[in-house]
Amino acid sequence: MSFSRATRGVLLVFTGFVLLFIHVPLALVVLNSFNISRTFEWPPPGYTTQWWSAAWDSEGARNAIVVSVEVALVATAIALALGTMAGLALQRFRFFGRDTVSLLIILPIALPGVVTGIALANAFLTMFGIELGMLTLVVSHATFCIVTVFNNAIARLRRLGGNLEEASMDLGAGTFRTFWSITLPMMRSALLAGALLSFALSFDEIIVTTFTAGQGIQTLPLWIYQNLFRPNQAPVVNVVAAALIVLSIIPIWLSQKLAGTDESVAAAR
Amino acid sequence: MTSQPLPGGGAASPRWGVLHRRPRLRLGLLLGPPMLWLGVLYLGSLAALFITSLWTVDPFGGNIERVWNLDNYRDLFTIDVYRTITIRTLLIAVTVTVIDTLLAFPIALYMAKVASPRLQRALVIAVLTPLWASYLVKAYAWRGMFASGGPLDDLGITPGYGLVATVVTLSYLWLPYMILPMYAGLERLPNSLIEASADLGATTRTTMRRVVLPVLFPAAVAGSIFTFSLTLGDYIAVKIVGGANQMLGNVVYDSFLTGNNLPFAAAVATIPVVTMVIYLGAVRRTGALDSL
Repeated sequence: MSFSRATRGVLLVFTGFVLLFIHVPLALVVLNSFNISRTFEWPPPGYTTQWWSAAWDSEGARNAIVVSVEVALVATAIALALGTMAGLALQRFRFFGRDTVSLLIILPIALPGVVTGIALANAFLTMFGIELGMLTLVVSHATFCIVTVFNNAIARLRRLGGNLEEASMDLGAGTFRTFWSITLPMMRSALLAGALLSFALSFDEIIVTTFTAGQGIQTLPLWIYQNLFRPNQAPVVNVVAAALIVLSIIPIWLSQKLAGTDESVAAAR
Repeated sequence: MTSQPLPGGGAASPRWGVLHRRPRLRLGLLLGPPMLWLGVLYLGSLAALFITSLWTVDPFGGNIERVWNLDNYRDLFTIDVYRTITIRTLLIAVTVTVIDTLLAFPIALYMAKVASPRLQRALVIAVLTPLWASYLVKAYAWRGMFASGGPLDDLGITPGYGLVATVVTLSYLWLPYMILPMYAGLERLPNSLIEASADLGATTRTTMRRVVLPVLFPAAVAGSIFTFSLTLGDYIAVKIVGGANQMLGNVVYDSFLTGNNLPFAAAVATIPVVTMVIYLGAVRRTGALDSL
Protein backbone atom coordinates (compact mmCIF):
# COMPACT_ATOMS: atom_id res chain seq x y z
CA MET A 1 0.00 0.00 0.00
CA SER A 2 1.28 3.39 -0.84
CA PHE A 3 0.01 5.56 1.97
CA SER A 4 2.76 6.91 4.14
CA ARG A 5 3.35 5.43 7.55
CA ALA A 6 2.04 8.57 9.25
CA THR A 7 -1.21 8.50 7.23
CA ARG A 8 -1.74 4.87 8.10
CA GLY A 9 -1.10 5.64 11.74
CA VAL A 10 -3.62 8.47 11.80
CA LEU A 11 -6.20 6.31 10.04
CA LEU A 12 -5.64 3.52 12.54
CA VAL A 13 -6.16 5.85 15.49
CA PHE A 14 -9.36 7.23 13.98
CA THR A 15 -10.59 3.73 13.20
CA GLY A 16 -10.01 2.70 16.79
CA PHE A 17 -11.86 5.77 18.01
CA VAL A 18 -14.87 5.11 15.77
CA LEU A 19 -14.96 1.46 16.82
CA LEU A 20 -15.03 2.54 20.46
CA PHE A 21 -17.79 5.01 19.67
CA ILE A 22 -19.76 2.21 18.01
CA HIS A 23 -19.33 -0.42 20.70
CA VAL A 24 -19.07 1.29 24.08
CA PRO A 25 -22.79 2.23 24.35
CA LEU A 26 -23.84 -1.31 23.43
CA ALA A 27 -21.38 -2.77 25.93
CA LEU A 28 -22.85 -0.49 28.59
CA VAL A 29 -26.34 -1.90 27.98
CA VAL A 30 -25.07 -5.46 28.32
CA LEU A 31 -23.11 -4.59 31.46
CA ASN A 32 -26.05 -2.73 33.00
CA SER A 33 -28.26 -5.77 32.51
CA PHE A 34 -26.22 -7.32 35.35
CA ASN A 35 -26.12 -4.12 37.40
CA ILE A 36 -27.60 -4.78 40.82
CA SER A 37 -28.77 -1.16 41.05
CA ARG A 38 -32.30 -0.55 39.82
CA THR A 39 -31.30 2.89 38.58
CA PHE A 40 -28.11 1.74 36.82
CA GLU A 41 -25.76 3.38 39.28
CA TRP A 42 -22.31 3.90 37.79
CA PRO A 43 -19.94 2.22 38.40
CA PRO A 44 -22.19 -0.75 39.25
CA PRO A 45 -22.22 -1.42 42.98
CA GLY A 46 -22.66 -5.13 42.35
CA TYR A 47 -23.74 -7.72 39.80
CA THR A 48 -26.77 -9.98 39.59
CA THR A 49 -28.64 -12.15 37.11
CA GLN A 50 -32.02 -11.49 38.72
CA TRP A 51 -33.11 -9.05 35.97
CA TRP A 52 -32.51 -11.68 33.33
CA SER A 53 -34.85 -14.12 35.07
CA ALA A 54 -37.37 -11.32 35.62
CA ALA A 55 -37.26 -10.51 31.91
CA TRP A 56 -37.63 -14.17 30.99
CA ASP A 57 -40.89 -14.24 32.96
CA SER A 58 -42.19 -10.98 31.49
CA GLU A 59 -45.47 -11.81 29.78
CA GLY A 60 -45.59 -8.51 27.91
CA ALA A 61 -42.18 -8.96 26.34
CA ARG A 62 -42.92 -12.55 25.33
CA ASN A 63 -46.19 -11.69 23.63
CA ALA A 64 -44.58 -8.74 21.88
CA ILE A 65 -41.82 -10.98 20.49
CA VAL A 66 -44.42 -13.34 19.01
CA VAL A 67 -46.25 -10.43 17.34
CA SER A 68 -43.00 -9.01 15.96
CA VAL A 69 -41.95 -12.35 14.52
CA GLU A 70 -45.36 -12.85 12.87
CA VAL A 71 -45.34 -9.40 11.31
CA ALA A 72 -41.74 -9.75 10.13
CA LEU A 73 -42.37 -13.18 8.59
CA VAL A 74 -45.41 -12.11 6.57
CA ALA A 75 -43.85 -8.80 5.51
CA THR A 76 -40.69 -10.63 4.43
CA ALA A 77 -42.67 -13.17 2.41
CA ILE A 78 -44.43 -10.37 0.53
CA ALA A 79 -41.18 -8.46 0.05
CA LEU A 80 -39.45 -11.60 -1.22
CA ALA A 81 -42.02 -12.09 -3.97
CA LEU A 82 -42.33 -8.45 -5.02
CA GLY A 83 -38.62 -7.63 -4.66
CA THR A 84 -37.54 -10.60 -6.77
CA MET A 85 -40.05 -9.75 -9.49
CA ALA A 86 -38.94 -6.13 -9.58
CA GLY A 87 -35.28 -7.18 -9.62
CA LEU A 88 -35.84 -9.51 -12.59
CA ALA A 89 -37.83 -6.88 -14.46
CA LEU A 90 -35.25 -4.16 -13.99
CA GLN A 91 -32.15 -6.23 -14.58
CA ARG A 92 -33.33 -8.36 -17.51
CA PHE A 93 -35.25 -5.74 -19.48
CA ARG A 94 -34.63 -2.27 -20.82
CA PHE A 95 -37.74 -0.14 -20.96
CA PHE A 96 -38.89 3.42 -20.80
CA GLY A 97 -39.24 4.67 -17.24
CA ARG A 98 -36.81 2.10 -15.84
CA ASP A 99 -34.95 4.69 -13.76
CA THR A 100 -38.21 6.03 -12.38
CA VAL A 101 -39.25 2.55 -11.33
CA SER A 102 -35.97 1.96 -9.50
CA LEU A 103 -36.37 5.31 -7.77
CA LEU A 104 -39.90 4.31 -6.77
CA ILE A 105 -38.62 1.10 -5.17
CA ILE A 106 -36.13 2.93 -2.94
CA LEU A 107 -38.62 5.70 -2.13
CA PRO A 108 -40.12 4.04 0.97
CA ILE A 109 -36.70 4.01 2.65
CA ALA A 110 -35.47 7.24 1.07
CA LEU A 111 -38.40 9.14 2.53
CA PRO A 112 -38.47 9.61 6.31
CA GLY A 113 -40.36 7.02 8.35
CA VAL A 114 -42.92 9.50 9.64
CA VAL A 115 -43.92 10.28 6.06
CA THR A 116 -44.38 6.65 5.08
CA GLY A 117 -46.17 6.04 8.37
CA ILE A 118 -48.64 8.87 8.22
CA ALA A 119 -49.24 8.52 4.46
CA LEU A 120 -50.19 4.85 4.82
CA ALA A 121 -52.19 5.44 8.01
CA ASN A 122 -54.08 8.24 6.30
CA ALA A 123 -54.75 6.07 3.25
CA PHE A 124 -55.98 3.15 5.34
CA LEU A 125 -58.19 5.32 7.52
CA THR A 126 -59.64 7.83 5.09
CA MET A 127 -59.36 6.20 1.65
CA PHE A 128 -60.01 2.53 2.36
CA GLY A 129 -61.83 2.89 5.68
CA ILE A 130 -59.83 0.02 7.21
CA GLU A 131 -59.23 -0.06 10.96
CA LEU A 132 -55.58 -0.01 11.93
CA GLY A 133 -54.40 -3.47 12.96
CA MET A 134 -52.37 -6.48 11.89
CA LEU A 135 -53.22 -6.11 8.20
CA THR A 136 -52.25 -2.45 7.96
CA LEU A 137 -49.09 -3.12 9.95
CA VAL A 138 -47.96 -5.94 7.68
CA VAL A 139 -48.75 -3.99 4.52
CA SER A 140 -46.76 -0.98 5.71
CA HIS A 141 -43.79 -3.13 6.73
CA ALA A 142 -43.76 -4.99 3.42
CA THR A 143 -43.67 -1.63 1.62
CA PHE A 144 -40.27 -0.67 2.98
CA CYS A 145 -38.93 -4.26 2.99
CA ILE A 146 -39.24 -4.70 -0.78
CA VAL A 147 -36.12 -2.65 -1.44
CA THR A 148 -33.83 -4.91 0.62
CA VAL A 149 -34.77 -8.00 -1.35
CA PHE A 150 -34.69 -6.01 -4.58
CA ASN A 151 -31.13 -4.74 -3.91
CA ASN A 152 -29.83 -8.22 -3.24
CA ALA A 153 -31.66 -9.75 -6.19
CA ILE A 154 -30.50 -7.14 -8.67
CA ALA A 155 -26.86 -7.26 -7.46
CA ARG A 156 -26.79 -11.01 -7.95
CA LEU A 157 -28.53 -10.88 -11.36
CA ARG A 158 -26.09 -8.23 -12.55
CA ARG A 159 -23.18 -10.45 -11.62
CA LEU A 160 -24.64 -13.60 -13.13
CA GLY A 161 -25.45 -12.26 -16.55
CA GLY A 162 -27.90 -14.11 -18.76
CA ASN A 163 -25.71 -16.79 -20.35
CA LEU A 164 -26.92 -19.78 -18.37
CA GLU A 165 -30.54 -18.77 -18.83
CA GLU A 166 -29.98 -18.44 -22.55
CA ALA A 167 -28.37 -21.86 -22.63
CA SER A 168 -31.35 -23.29 -20.77
CA MET A 169 -33.75 -21.72 -23.24
CA ASP A 170 -31.67 -22.82 -26.20
CA LEU A 171 -31.91 -26.34 -24.86
CA GLY A 172 -35.67 -26.03 -24.93
CA ALA A 173 -36.69 -25.10 -21.40
CA GLY A 174 -39.60 -22.71 -21.11
CA THR A 175 -39.71 -19.46 -19.19
CA PHE A 176 -40.91 -20.99 -15.92
CA ARG A 177 -38.69 -24.05 -16.18
CA THR A 178 -35.66 -21.83 -16.72
CA PHE A 179 -36.59 -19.64 -13.79
CA TRP A 180 -37.20 -22.61 -11.51
CA SER A 181 -34.14 -24.68 -12.43
CA ILE A 182 -31.58 -22.02 -13.36
CA THR A 183 -32.34 -18.49 -12.18
CA LEU A 184 -33.82 -19.25 -8.77
CA PRO A 185 -31.08 -21.64 -7.58
CA MET A 186 -28.44 -19.14 -8.60
CA MET A 187 -30.23 -16.36 -6.75
CA ARG A 188 -31.02 -18.40 -3.66
CA SER A 189 -28.29 -17.17 -1.31
CA ALA A 190 -28.76 -13.55 -2.36
CA LEU A 191 -32.51 -13.82 -1.77
CA LEU A 192 -31.93 -15.40 1.63
CA ALA A 193 -29.59 -12.58 2.59
CA GLY A 194 -32.20 -10.07 1.43
CA ALA A 195 -34.93 -11.86 3.34
CA LEU A 196 -32.78 -11.88 6.46
CA LEU A 197 -32.24 -8.15 6.25
CA SER A 198 -35.91 -7.59 5.50
CA PHE A 199 -36.85 -9.63 8.57
CA ALA A 200 -34.46 -7.64 10.75
CA LEU A 201 -35.72 -4.36 9.33
CA SER A 202 -39.33 -5.24 10.08
CA PHE A 203 -38.58 -6.77 13.49
CA ASP A 204 -36.80 -3.59 14.51
CA GLU A 205 -39.09 -0.96 13.00
CA ILE A 206 -40.81 1.49 15.31
CA ILE A 207 -41.58 4.76 13.53
CA VAL A 208 -43.89 3.49 10.79
CA THR A 209 -45.22 0.98 13.32
CA THR A 210 -46.44 3.68 15.71
CA PHE A 211 -48.62 5.05 12.91
CA THR A 212 -50.02 1.87 11.37
CA ALA A 213 -50.27 -0.67 14.21
CA GLY A 214 -53.38 0.75 15.89
CA GLN A 215 -54.22 0.31 19.54
CA GLY A 216 -54.42 -3.41 20.09
CA ILE A 217 -51.11 -4.54 18.65
CA GLN A 218 -47.82 -4.45 20.47
CA THR A 219 -44.62 -5.35 18.67
CA LEU A 220 -41.39 -5.72 20.62
CA PRO A 221 -40.09 -2.22 19.74
CA LEU A 222 -43.46 -0.78 20.83
CA TRP A 223 -43.24 -2.72 24.08
CA ILE A 224 -39.71 -1.43 24.74
CA TYR A 225 -40.71 2.12 23.89
CA GLN A 226 -43.75 2.07 26.13
CA ASN A 227 -41.82 0.67 29.08
CA LEU A 228 -38.70 2.77 28.58
CA PHE A 229 -39.88 5.62 30.75
CA ARG A 230 -41.31 3.48 33.55
CA PRO A 231 -38.70 3.39 36.32
CA ASN A 232 -39.86 0.10 37.80
CA GLN A 233 -39.61 -1.63 34.40
CA ALA A 234 -36.15 -0.21 33.62
CA PRO A 235 -34.05 -3.29 34.53
CA VAL A 236 -36.30 -5.61 32.50
CA VAL A 237 -36.27 -3.29 29.48
CA ASN A 238 -32.50 -3.15 29.78
CA VAL A 239 -32.24 -6.95 29.76
CA VAL A 240 -34.43 -7.17 26.66
CA ALA A 241 -32.18 -4.58 25.00
CA ALA A 242 -29.06 -6.51 26.02
CA ALA A 243 -30.59 -9.75 24.73
CA LEU A 244 -31.34 -8.10 21.38
CA ILE A 245 -27.73 -6.93 21.12
CA VAL A 246 -26.42 -10.43 21.82
CA LEU A 247 -28.95 -12.01 19.45
CA SER A 248 -27.97 -9.65 16.63
CA ILE A 249 -24.84 -11.77 16.24
CA ILE A 250 -26.99 -14.51 14.68
CA PRO A 251 -28.06 -12.60 11.54
CA ILE A 252 -24.52 -11.26 11.10
CA TRP A 253 -23.11 -14.75 11.27
CA LEU A 254 -25.81 -16.06 8.91
CA SER A 255 -25.31 -13.32 6.36
CA GLN A 256 -21.57 -13.92 6.41
CA LYS A 257 -22.27 -17.59 5.76
CA LEU A 258 -24.73 -16.86 2.97
CA ALA A 259 -22.51 -14.54 1.04
CA GLY A 260 -18.97 -13.34 1.10
CA THR A 261 -18.01 -10.11 2.80
CA ASP A 262 -18.67 -8.09 -0.35
CA GLU A 263 -22.22 -9.20 -0.67
CA SER A 264 -23.02 -8.71 2.98
CA VAL A 265 -21.98 -5.12 2.46
CA ALA A 266 -24.25 -4.84 -0.55
CA ALA A 267 -27.00 -6.50 1.44
CA ALA A 268 -26.78 -4.01 4.23
CA ARG A 269 -27.40 -1.10 1.97
CA MET B 1 -43.11 1.51 -23.55
CA THR B 2 -40.48 0.01 -25.78
CA SER B 3 -39.26 -3.19 -24.31
CA GLN B 4 -36.88 -5.76 -25.56
CA PRO B 5 -34.87 -8.47 -23.90
CA LEU B 6 -31.24 -7.67 -23.26
CA PRO B 7 -28.84 -8.46 -26.12
CA GLY B 8 -28.68 -12.16 -26.77
CA GLY B 9 -32.13 -13.00 -25.52
CA GLY B 10 -32.25 -15.95 -27.95
CA ALA B 11 -34.31 -16.43 -31.08
CA ALA B 12 -38.00 -17.05 -30.73
CA SER B 13 -39.39 -20.48 -31.43
CA PRO B 14 -42.98 -21.62 -31.11
CA ARG B 15 -42.28 -24.28 -28.51
CA TRP B 16 -40.95 -21.74 -26.04
CA GLY B 17 -44.43 -20.61 -25.41
CA VAL B 18 -46.25 -17.36 -25.42
CA LEU B 19 -44.22 -15.86 -22.60
CA HIS B 20 -40.97 -16.30 -24.40
CA ARG B 21 -42.30 -14.89 -27.65
CA ARG B 22 -43.73 -11.88 -25.93
CA PRO B 23 -41.08 -10.27 -23.75
CA ARG B 24 -43.37 -7.33 -23.16
CA LEU B 25 -45.95 -9.60 -21.58
CA ARG B 26 -43.22 -11.15 -19.42
CA LEU B 27 -42.11 -7.70 -18.35
CA GLY B 28 -45.67 -6.69 -17.59
CA LEU B 29 -46.27 -9.75 -15.43
CA LEU B 30 -43.03 -9.22 -13.54
CA LEU B 31 -43.48 -5.52 -13.04
CA GLY B 32 -47.25 -5.49 -12.46
CA PRO B 33 -47.47 -6.63 -8.83
CA PRO B 34 -44.57 -4.54 -7.47
CA MET B 35 -45.88 -1.50 -9.34
CA LEU B 36 -49.39 -2.06 -8.05
CA TRP B 37 -47.98 -2.09 -4.52
CA LEU B 38 -45.50 0.76 -4.78
CA GLY B 39 -46.89 2.79 -7.65
CA VAL B 40 -50.56 2.62 -6.74
CA LEU B 41 -50.75 1.93 -3.01
CA TYR B 42 -47.66 3.80 -1.87
CA LEU B 43 -47.58 6.71 -4.32
CA GLY B 44 -51.36 6.91 -4.02
CA SER B 45 -51.00 7.22 -0.26
CA LEU B 46 -48.48 10.00 -0.65
CA ALA B 47 -50.81 11.82 -3.03
CA ALA B 48 -53.73 11.33 -0.64
CA LEU B 49 -51.58 12.70 2.16
CA PHE B 50 -50.99 15.84 0.17
CA ILE B 51 -54.70 16.19 -0.57
CA THR B 52 -55.54 15.71 3.11
CA SER B 53 -53.12 18.50 3.98
CA LEU B 54 -55.39 20.85 2.03
CA TRP B 55 -58.38 20.02 4.21
CA THR B 56 -59.13 21.08 7.77
CA VAL B 57 -60.52 19.64 10.95
CA ASP B 58 -63.63 21.17 12.42
CA PRO B 59 -62.55 22.55 15.78
CA PHE B 60 -65.39 21.02 17.79
CA GLY B 61 -66.10 17.51 16.51
CA GLY B 62 -62.56 16.77 15.31
CA ASN B 63 -63.93 15.49 12.01
CA ILE B 64 -62.14 16.18 8.76
CA GLU B 65 -63.90 18.84 6.68
CA ARG B 66 -63.27 18.37 3.00
CA VAL B 67 -63.01 22.05 2.22
CA TRP B 68 -60.04 23.11 0.14
CA ASN B 69 -57.80 25.67 1.78
CA LEU B 70 -54.20 26.45 2.63
CA ASP B 71 -54.80 27.13 6.34
CA ASN B 72 -52.49 24.34 7.50
CA TYR B 73 -49.61 25.68 5.45
CA ARG B 74 -50.33 29.20 6.63
CA ASP B 75 -50.16 28.03 10.26
CA LEU B 76 -46.99 26.12 9.53
CA PHE B 77 -45.18 29.15 8.17
CA THR B 78 -46.57 31.85 10.43
CA ILE B 79 -46.66 30.22 13.85
CA ASP B 80 -43.24 30.71 15.42
CA VAL B 81 -42.93 27.40 17.18
CA TYR B 82 -43.36 25.42 13.95
CA ARG B 83 -40.84 27.56 12.12
CA THR B 84 -38.33 27.02 14.92
CA ILE B 85 -38.91 23.28 14.90
CA THR B 86 -38.52 23.09 11.12
CA ILE B 87 -35.25 25.01 11.14
CA ARG B 88 -33.97 23.02 14.12
CA THR B 89 -34.76 19.74 12.40
CA LEU B 90 -33.02 20.76 9.18
CA LEU B 91 -29.96 21.95 11.12
CA ILE B 92 -29.80 18.71 13.08
CA ALA B 93 -30.05 16.74 9.83
CA VAL B 94 -27.19 18.70 8.28
CA THR B 95 -25.03 18.40 11.42
CA VAL B 96 -25.61 14.67 11.70
CA THR B 97 -24.75 14.18 8.03
CA VAL B 98 -21.52 16.17 8.37
CA ILE B 99 -20.48 14.32 11.55
CA ASP B 100 -21.17 10.95 9.96
CA THR B 101 -19.20 11.86 6.84
CA LEU B 102 -16.21 12.91 8.94
CA LEU B 103 -16.37 9.81 11.14
CA ALA B 104 -16.96 7.40 8.27
CA PHE B 105 -14.17 8.61 6.00
CA PRO B 106 -11.11 7.44 7.97
CA ILE B 107 -12.57 4.09 8.99
CA ALA B 108 -13.85 3.34 5.48
CA LEU B 109 -10.45 4.23 4.02
CA TYR B 110 -8.63 2.14 6.59
CA MET B 111 -10.93 -0.83 6.04
CA ALA B 112 -10.74 -0.71 2.26
CA LYS B 113 -7.16 0.29 1.59
CA VAL B 114 -4.91 -0.27 4.59
CA ALA B 115 -6.17 -3.25 6.58
CA SER B 116 -5.03 -6.78 5.71
CA PRO B 117 -7.79 -8.97 4.20
CA ARG B 118 -8.23 -10.73 7.53
CA LEU B 119 -8.54 -7.52 9.52
CA GLN B 120 -10.78 -6.11 6.81
CA ARG B 121 -13.21 -8.97 7.29
CA ALA B 122 -13.21 -8.47 11.04
CA LEU B 123 -13.75 -4.73 10.68
CA VAL B 124 -16.69 -5.18 8.34
CA ILE B 125 -18.32 -7.37 10.97
CA ALA B 126 -17.45 -4.90 13.74
CA VAL B 127 -19.13 -2.12 11.80
CA LEU B 128 -22.09 -4.27 10.77
CA THR B 129 -22.87 -5.38 14.32
CA PRO B 130 -24.56 -2.14 15.37
CA LEU B 131 -26.42 -2.06 12.07
CA TRP B 132 -28.19 -5.26 13.03
CA ALA B 133 -28.74 -4.17 16.61
CA SER B 134 -32.17 -2.68 17.16
CA TYR B 135 -32.68 1.02 16.51
CA LEU B 136 -34.48 1.43 19.80
CA VAL B 137 -31.78 -0.42 21.69
CA LYS B 138 -29.14 1.91 20.26
CA ALA B 139 -31.06 5.05 21.22
CA TYR B 140 -31.68 3.47 24.61
CA ALA B 141 -27.95 2.76 24.97
CA TRP B 142 -27.22 6.47 24.64
CA ARG B 143 -29.87 7.28 27.21
CA GLY B 144 -27.74 5.22 29.57
CA MET B 145 -24.55 6.94 28.45
CA PHE B 146 -25.96 10.43 28.98
CA ALA B 147 -27.89 9.67 32.17
CA SER B 148 -27.08 11.72 35.22
CA GLY B 149 -24.94 9.41 37.32
CA GLY B 150 -24.08 7.44 34.14
CA PRO B 151 -20.60 6.76 32.75
CA LEU B 152 -20.20 10.10 30.92
CA ASP B 153 -21.41 12.00 33.96
CA ASP B 154 -18.86 10.03 35.97
CA LEU B 155 -16.17 11.43 33.66
CA GLY B 156 -17.75 14.85 34.00
CA ILE B 157 -18.52 15.23 30.28
CA THR B 158 -22.21 14.51 29.87
CA PRO B 159 -24.19 17.20 28.11
CA GLY B 160 -27.35 15.76 29.68
CA TYR B 161 -30.51 15.07 27.69
CA GLY B 162 -30.93 17.73 25.03
CA LEU B 163 -30.01 18.71 21.49
CA VAL B 164 -26.34 17.70 21.79
CA ALA B 165 -27.37 14.26 23.01
CA THR B 166 -29.86 14.06 20.13
CA VAL B 167 -27.21 14.91 17.54
CA VAL B 168 -24.74 12.38 19.02
CA THR B 169 -27.39 9.66 19.17
CA LEU B 170 -28.65 10.27 15.64
CA SER B 171 -25.08 10.36 14.30
CA TYR B 172 -24.47 7.07 16.05
CA LEU B 173 -27.66 5.52 14.70
CA TRP B 174 -26.99 6.35 11.07
CA LEU B 175 -23.19 6.00 11.01
CA PRO B 176 -23.15 2.53 9.40
CA TYR B 177 -25.29 3.88 6.54
CA MET B 178 -22.41 6.24 5.76
CA ILE B 179 -19.52 3.84 6.36
CA LEU B 180 -20.86 1.06 4.15
CA PRO B 181 -21.31 2.96 0.86
CA MET B 182 -17.96 4.70 1.37
CA TYR B 183 -16.26 1.40 2.06
CA ALA B 184 -17.92 -0.23 -0.96
CA GLY B 185 -16.88 2.68 -3.18
CA LEU B 186 -13.26 2.58 -2.00
CA GLU B 187 -13.19 -1.20 -2.34
CA ARG B 188 -13.86 -0.79 -6.04
CA LEU B 189 -11.02 1.70 -6.41
CA PRO B 190 -8.00 -0.32 -7.64
CA ASN B 191 -4.94 -0.12 -5.38
CA SER B 192 -2.84 0.33 -8.48
CA LEU B 193 -4.38 3.76 -9.01
CA ILE B 194 -3.25 4.92 -5.58
CA GLU B 195 0.19 3.43 -6.17
CA ALA B 196 0.42 5.02 -9.61
CA SER B 197 -0.47 8.37 -8.11
CA ALA B 198 2.30 8.02 -5.54
CA ASP B 199 4.78 6.78 -8.18
CA LEU B 200 4.05 9.83 -10.28
CA GLY B 201 5.11 11.96 -7.37
CA ALA B 202 1.81 12.96 -5.80
CA THR B 203 1.80 13.65 -2.09
CA THR B 204 -0.68 11.83 0.15
CA ARG B 205 -2.76 14.96 0.10
CA THR B 206 -2.88 15.16 -3.69
CA THR B 207 -3.68 11.45 -3.93
CA MET B 208 -6.55 11.95 -1.49
CA ARG B 209 -7.89 14.90 -3.41
CA ARG B 210 -7.45 13.65 -6.97
CA VAL B 211 -7.89 9.87 -6.64
CA VAL B 212 -9.75 9.01 -3.44
CA LEU B 213 -12.16 11.91 -3.20
CA PRO B 214 -13.78 11.49 -6.64
CA VAL B 215 -14.70 7.93 -5.64
CA LEU B 216 -15.74 8.94 -2.17
CA PHE B 217 -18.01 11.77 -3.18
CA PRO B 218 -20.87 9.79 -4.80
CA ALA B 219 -20.61 7.26 -1.98
CA ALA B 220 -20.90 10.00 0.63
CA VAL B 221 -23.89 11.41 -1.23
CA ALA B 222 -25.53 7.99 -1.25
CA GLY B 223 -24.92 7.71 2.48
CA SER B 224 -26.15 11.22 3.12
CA ILE B 225 -29.54 10.35 1.61
CA PHE B 226 -30.02 8.00 4.54
CA THR B 227 -28.46 10.11 7.27
CA PHE B 228 -30.40 13.15 6.12
CA SER B 229 -33.74 11.51 5.48
CA LEU B 230 -33.68 9.33 8.58
CA THR B 231 -32.89 12.36 10.74
CA LEU B 232 -35.66 14.45 9.16
CA GLY B 233 -38.21 11.82 10.01
CA ASP B 234 -37.03 10.78 13.42
CA TYR B 235 -39.02 11.52 16.52
CA ILE B 236 -38.20 8.61 18.81
CA ALA B 237 -34.52 9.36 19.46
CA VAL B 238 -35.28 12.95 20.41
CA LYS B 239 -37.92 11.69 22.83
CA ILE B 240 -35.45 9.29 24.42
CA VAL B 241 -32.40 11.56 24.76
CA GLY B 242 -33.61 15.01 23.68
CA GLY B 243 -35.33 16.17 26.83
CA ALA B 244 -38.22 18.48 26.03
CA ASN B 245 -36.97 19.33 22.53
CA GLN B 246 -39.15 18.59 19.55
CA MET B 247 -38.41 17.77 15.94
CA LEU B 248 -40.72 17.74 12.90
CA GLY B 249 -41.54 14.09 13.48
CA ASN B 250 -42.90 14.88 16.94
CA VAL B 251 -45.24 17.50 15.49
CA VAL B 252 -46.46 15.03 12.87
CA TYR B 253 -47.02 12.28 15.41
CA ASP B 254 -48.61 14.48 18.05
CA SER B 255 -50.96 16.13 15.56
CA PHE B 256 -51.88 12.72 14.20
CA LEU B 257 -52.47 10.90 17.43
CA THR B 258 -52.95 13.20 20.38
CA GLY B 259 -54.13 16.31 18.55
CA ASN B 260 -56.27 14.24 16.23
CA ASN B 261 -55.53 16.73 13.47
CA LEU B 262 -54.63 14.61 10.48
CA PRO B 263 -54.70 17.45 7.91
CA PHE B 264 -52.18 19.49 9.88
CA ALA B 265 -49.97 16.42 10.44
CA ALA B 266 -50.12 15.85 6.68
CA ALA B 267 -49.04 19.43 6.00
CA VAL B 268 -46.08 19.09 8.37
CA ALA B 269 -45.10 15.78 6.74
CA THR B 270 -44.82 17.46 3.34
CA ILE B 271 -41.78 19.42 4.58
CA PRO B 272 -39.48 16.39 4.74
CA VAL B 273 -40.98 15.06 1.51
CA VAL B 274 -40.31 18.26 -0.38
CA THR B 275 -36.84 18.49 1.16
CA MET B 276 -36.00 14.93 0.15
CA VAL B 277 -37.43 15.28 -3.36
CA ILE B 278 -35.31 18.38 -3.92
CA TYR B 279 -32.31 16.58 -2.47
CA LEU B 280 -32.82 13.43 -4.53
CA GLY B 281 -33.31 15.51 -7.64
CA ALA B 282 -30.10 17.43 -6.95
CA VAL B 283 -27.98 14.33 -6.32
CA ARG B 284 -29.37 12.35 -9.21
CA ARG B 285 -26.69 13.79 -11.49
CA THR B 286 -23.87 12.58 -9.26
CA GLY B 287 -24.76 8.97 -9.99
CA ALA B 288 -25.16 8.34 -6.28
CA LEU B 289 -28.57 6.76 -6.75
CA ASP B 290 -27.03 3.91 -8.75
CA SER B 291 -24.94 2.89 -5.77
CA LEU B 292 -27.86 2.76 -3.33
